[in-house]
Amino acid sequence: MVKNNLGHAAFCAIVTVIISFPILGLNLEARGVNITLTGASTSTYVAILVAAATVFVFQTFRDSLMGLLRKAPKLNPISRKQPMERSRRVKLESWIITGIVIFALFWPFFVSRGSVDLATLVLIYIMLALGLNVVVGLAGLLDLGYVAFYAVGAYTFALLSEYMNISFWMALPIGALLAGITGMILGFPVLRLRGDYLAIVTLGFGEIIRILLNNWTSLTGGPNGIGGIPDPTLFGMEFGRRVKVEGNTSFHETFGIAYSGEHKVIFLYLIALVLAVITALIIRRFMRMPVGRAWEALREDEIAARSLGLSRTAVKLSAFTIGAFFAGFAGTVFASKQGFISPESFVFLESAIILAIVVLGGMGSQLGVILAAIAVTILPELAREFSEYRMLIFGAAMVLMMVWRPQGLLPMRRTHIKLNRQE
Amino acid sequence: MQDLLYFSQQLINGLTIGSAYALIAIGYTMVYGIIGMINFAHGEIYMIGAYTALIAITGMTALGLAWLPLILLVALICAMIVSSSMGWAVERVAYRPVRGRHRLIPLISAIGMSIFLQNYVHLAQGSRNVGFPALIEGGFTFGSGEAFQMSLSYMQITIFITTLICMTVLSMFISRSRTGRACRAVSQDLGMASLLGIDTNRIISVTFVIGAALAAVAGLLLGMYYGSVDPLFGFIAGLKAFTAAVLGGIGSIPGAMLGGLILGVSESMTSSYLSGEYKDVVSFGLLILILLFKPTGLLGKPEVEKI
Repeated sequence: MVKNNLGHAAFCAIVTVIISFPILGLNLEARGVNITLTGASTSTYVAILVAAATVFVFQTFRDSLMGLLRKAPKLNPISRKQPMERSRRVKLESWIITGIVIFALFWPFFVSRGSVDLATLVLIYIMLALGLNVVVGLAGLLDLGYVAFYAVGAYTFALLSEYMNISFWMALPIGALLAGITGMILGFPVLRLRGDYLAIVTLGFGEIIRILLNNWTSLTGGPNGIGGIPDPTLFGMEFGRRVKVEGNTSFHETFGIAYSGEHKVIFLYLIALVLAVITALIIRRFMRMPVGRAWEALREDEIAARSLGLSRTAVKLSAFTIGAFFAGFAGTVFASKQGFISPESFVFLESAIILAIVVLGGMGSQLGVILAAIAVTILPELAREFSEYRMLIFGAAMVLMMVWRPQGLLPMRRTHIKLNRQE
Repeated sequence: MQDLLYFSQQLINGLTIGSAYALIAIGYTMVYGIIGMINFAHGEIYMIGAYTALIAITGMTALGLAWLPLILLVALICAMIVSSSMGWAVERVAYRPVRGRHRLIPLISAIGMSIFLQNYVHLAQGSRNVGFPALIEGGFTFGSGEAFQMSLSYMQITIFITTLICMTVLSMFISRSRTGRACRAVSQDLGMASLLGIDTNRIISVTFVIGAALAAVAGLLLGMYYGSVDPLFGFIAGLKAFTAAVLGGIGSIPGAMLGGLILGVSESMTSSYLSGEYKDVVSFGLLILILLFKPTGLLGKPEVEKI
């Protein structure tokens, strides 16, 4: 057994060296016009050799190692337990979510401004991920251009405020609706396509929208973006030190408290929180409505679902539109939080991050997606020194998840009956 | 005359880029033809090929080698070896374990792989773009005096000839050799081929290796042509090549060649007659239109939906 593997193991080890040595071990350095090669540090070479040796050993004893792994007691204590009863599970889940929401309501008053700002970003990602979860997780349509709808929402608010002085509260529904309509218009022709073609076409749409934003300088300011986007107001009360719009009052004067920049940050955070909760609740409703079941039916088996009388276009289009709608929601909040937007914020990588959140959390599962959004946004901030490895780890995590646990960390469970064949 | 020269210049530029796209597109189309998945990481493999070639060229120049054909040949071979090992490893690690699962799963795995490889090179080699030395300089010029001069550089000729050689060798390989016959059999019916004693796993690996090697050739050529490489170099080129593969009919090798040429020409025409910024819009728009109206592409066979 081991003997048979030796050749293959040696081959794998050589491949490991070939793919890592030139890229990792020899660094190109541009000095003026000339380029020179410099060797990497000794530790890199040692690491490459260790990696090759590990691959060699693993491949040589592959069969026995895999056998051991299979026999080894499950480390995960939950995996042996029977899944919880549905009613208890639902209760527990709603308690957890309620707990998180209550905690999130009071938390910002005790922490620094920076963490509240970060938390707002997390909430924006939660909205985005919940929206994409409808498209990818429930309806099974891989949308790689999701960030385009996010951009539509953000730019709608930015442009409306610049040219027509429209406030945040007016722009919020308009931005979301426009994003939803864009989703519908884009979705209508492309939803006939098969899964992987759809992915590429949406990717193309995302790029087209970004290129348009970048080059339509007269309207969008091109790469310079749009600045001076107003902050949201609370019943006509502004959060700035001085009132900018005629007729508004300022928050700190109305309540007779000292001005503090934190009020605005916390207010924005609370808006994002409320919107994220609304998003989660609406999508939760949708999941239990006939249309939600139709999404899943179509994802599981398109032909069977169609033969039962579901309209493919209507079902897919509804998922696409709803997903785009919430992306527009998130986009408006994002524009208002940043005060400045440019096409830089809407690159493909952003789509990939949102997709990674959905995949890691477990496609279709709301709690999983929320937890994944929190983890993916906060972990790189906590480990600053590793932040440049963030995308590397994302990529690897996506591959590993697909290989080992394609259903995600907290997969969605539907009530189902298992038919046991009688022997 | 003036307009004609200008037009032919754009045609030449387009065909140059297009033939390199065709080389990358082969990798997409062969993999799709056999296992029906989009190898999203293919653009990154092309980028790694370009980087390896640049590293090899720099290394040899530093060692004092000056004979140009030798430098190019060694760089080409290095790039092909590294890229094909990469292609092989990617297939082994990210695609084989998920083969046969739901359509989206290999695709997400491929996207993850693409992000991983992009950042792997980014971390190892830095995010700045690095200049690629113009090793092949000079060319022919047509037209004289004040008028527009059409130029056909030696670099462009090299790209044409290399592409032509690669395509010929590939066609011979696919149509004449035993492995090539096995490739065709596997792409027609994977299950049946394995019943007939073909080692399908090996054939799939071979497909990835061939695609990656051709991508490495394109990486060297386009790297020299554009004059610089950076870690994001592969993403757009990969998308363009995928468009070319779809345009020609995905799964069909002559289709990929035709698609690459058409895409290259239409891109160069847009950027010269309309606007350079919108050339990407045109190629993505082309992709969307083809997928909507003729998903089988120009030379592809229609797919029958089986229940």
